[in-house]
Amino acid sequence: MMATHPYLLLAAALFSVGIYGVLSRRNAVGILISVELMANAVNINLVAFSRAQGTALGQVFMLFSIGITVAEVVVGLALVILLYRSRQDVLVDEANELSG
Amino acid sequence: MTSQIGFGVIAVCLLLSALFVVGSKNLVHAVLWLAVTLLSTAVLFVTMRAPFVAGIQVLLYAGGVITLMLFGVMLTRRHESVEIEAETSPRRRVPAAIAGAGMFILFATALSRTPEQPLQLHATVDTVDIVRSFLTGNVLAFEVLSVLLLAAMIGAIVVARRRDHGFDHVRIPRKREERG
Repeated sequence: MMATHPYLLLAAALFSVGIYGVLSRRNAVGILISVELMANAVNINLVAFSRAQGTALGQVFMLFSIGITVAEVVVGLALVILLYRSRQDVLVDEANELSG
Repeated sequence: MTSQIGFGVIAVCLLLSALFVVGSKNLVHAVLWLAVTLLSTAVLFVTMRAPFVAGIQVLLYAGGVITLMLFGVMLTRRHESVEIEAETSPRRRVPAAIAGAGMFILFATALSRTPEQPLQLHATVDTVDIVRSFLTGNVLAFEVLSVLLLAAMIGAIVVARRRDHGFDHVRIPRKREERG
């Protein structure tokens, strides 16, 4: 591999698969899993840029991104558990009490 | 040549496992396929000469996030014995596939119009460089990230805890109202 484009194309494909998952899942945990897939694609991009620049900055950004993603997953799962406790299911198209 | 074959094998593993993540009916299987995806990503990082990031990927993602997701799936099941079915809604599957394909076409056209950046094959980024960048130039962001993790942890505990039932009989005296 001599250039960044194969990595970026692979990451774009992973991101698109994640978008399909986010839009097609009914279960809130399934949506969170697909969001993880998309974040993973972004991390591949950052490491590829780090390799193109020859510096450590891309990998540092990737580590920041990992930290923020983990925080997001923790809060998201807490919200899902709260939703389960109040409704006894986590299907996102059933939870429409606030829609007009 | 060998590196291209290796990249191809890893790419096929990544894409297949990602498709299984979004396609499998049982959410536990989806989480396990996600573990395969994240581990293949770690292998990809090793081939990109980023071993520290690969280790972090295995420890944090394949270790921590997968465990959290498994807990999330198993805590939100309605019944233990019932198989989870209809995880994807059929009337949303076609628009979602169109959206995903459209996004990929957008990315691919954008990539085809940008010049390729050659990789610096001989530059090595080792752990010392990463840590030095963390603790000198980006030290403020590093500390803010630690505060963010603490806030997320406390927030998750506050949001997801049960109400304490042991103290229902204890009446907490209200503050005396202010006199006019």
